[in-house]
Formats: sequence, structure tokens, C-alpha cells
Amino acid sequence: MEYVIQKKAKQWKKSKKVLDIVLFAVPASLVILGALIVIFAKNPVHNSMGLVLTLASLAVIYITLNATFVAMVQILVYAGAVMTLFLFVIMMIGVDKPEQTREEIKGQTLLVSGTLFILIGIISYVVINSGFKWDLWFPPVDYSLEGTPNIIAGTLFTEWVLPFEVISLLLIVATAAALALAYDTKPGKKK
Amino acid sequence: MIEVSTDWYLTLAAILFSIGFLGMMIRKNALIMFMCIELMLNSVNLTFIAASRHFGTIEGQISVFFVLVVASAEVVVGLAIIVSIFKKQSSASVDLLRTIRG
Repeated sequence: MEYVIQKKAKQWKKSKKVLDIVLFAVPASLVILGALIVIFAKNPVHNSMGLVLTLASLAVIYITLNATFVAMVQILVYAGAVMTLFLFVIMMIGVDKPEQTREEIKGQTLLVSGTLFILIGIISYVVINSGFKWDLWFPPVDYSLEGTPNIIAGTLFTEWVLPFEVISLLLIVATAAALALAYDTKPGKKK
Repeated sequence: MIEVSTDWYLTLAAILFSIGFLGMMIRKNALIMFMCIELMLNSVNLTFIAASRHFGTIEGQISVFFVLVVASAEVVVGLAIIVSIFKKQSSASVDLLRTIRG
């Protein structure tokens, strides 16, 4: 009996590891696929749908990282509100216009490839140099914190209440600025 | 058996940031460039949350909220600017902007 239970526990641990890897690999590939759609699709609506795919898959990854509340907010705010805003503007600007591809700045492509090469070089240097030993340098704690609304609010409204208020001010200023920018001054009126 | 460690998430975040940066550089439509900024901000959020799990602190997730708010404020103002530019020159290409040049 004891032996059977131990065996079952071992099997379960193994299948949990497989599940962990699948739960990372599938959303991660979807994240990268969505990001590639964002930068390579020609139609702006397709671009925004790629961004939605990226954001939703990131929410799945957040759930596997114990950040449940952040995942929900990610879906609501990013995939909901921000993407609606993007789609509104796409519809206002119109989707039929082809993007103009002529180079206005000379040597732009060369410059971009050089910069990218340097950036990717730095990233791969750091990754290879660290040799995936992050866990050894900074050992992870063995308890894990569930990001529930209770725990987040407990810290946000005590230690972080001043930044919280300041950021509400930022939101009000941004809203006022957007109103001022979008407000059409009437023709004939002095600007 | 390999385990999903924090490195994997950090690597994913680095890849996502590079893709966003690439898009920022190669696209000329201002809207798409904003989407690429969103990609980069999201890669930073992923880093924050992975570190938050790694060190068992909640501050990483709180920083994500602040990033979120700043990102949405930036999108609101940026899109308003794009719309007002579009009204003037009926194109959202950043290369055609010459209005600030003296």
C-alpha cells in the first residue's frame, strides 16, 4: 500500500513537471507568434489581433506564475480597453491605405540592422555568459506568494499609497491632454 | 527532467523585447510603433512578475500595475496625437512628419 502511494506520488510529480513545461511552452510560442504578427502583418487590424494574442497568452503565463489578479487585470485593461482604443483609431484612420515604404532617411535599414545586431549580441552574450545559472546566483525562495487581490491591496494601500495617488494624477492629466488634443476648434474661430 | 525555472521567463521576456524593438525600428506607421511599445512594456511586466515569484515578494506585481497605468496614459495621449496628425496630413507615417522642423 505504502509503496503504491509512493509510486503514484512520483508519477504525479513527473507528470506535473511535464505539465509545467507544456504550460510554459504553448503560451510562450503563442506570445512570440503574436509579436511576429504585430510587426510583420500589413493590415493594421491583423496587427492589433496579433497584439491581443500576445497579451492573452501573457495572461496565461502570469497565471502559471501565481499572479492571478495581474492576469485578470491584463485581460481587462490591455486586451479589453487598450485594444478597443487601438481599434477605434484604426477605424478612424482607415485600413485601406498601404504603408509607404520609401526610405526617407538614408541608410535607415543598414543602421537598424546594425543596432539590432548589437542588441541581440548583448542579450545572447548575457544569456550564454550567465549559463542559465540565475537560480544559483540568486536562490529562489521556497514559499510562493499568490498574487490575490487581498495580498496586493494590503501592500498597495499601505506602503505604496503615495505612488498610487500620484499615478491617479497622471491619469487625470493624460485624460485632459487627450481631450484638449482631440477637441476640434471651430473653423473661423481663432486658434 | 528539466524544470521550468525563472531563466525561461527572462529569456522569453528578452525575445519579446527584441521583437518589439525590431518592429519599432522597421515599421513607419505610428500606430504599429505604438503596438511595439506595448510589446516592450509587456516584456518588462513579464520580468517583474517572474522576479516577484522568484523572490517571493509582492512588490513586483505592484510595479506591474504602475507600468500598466503609465502605458494606458501613454496610449491615450499618443493616439490623440496620431489622430490630430492624421487630420492634418491624412497619413500616419512618421517619416512624413516635418512640422516640428524649422
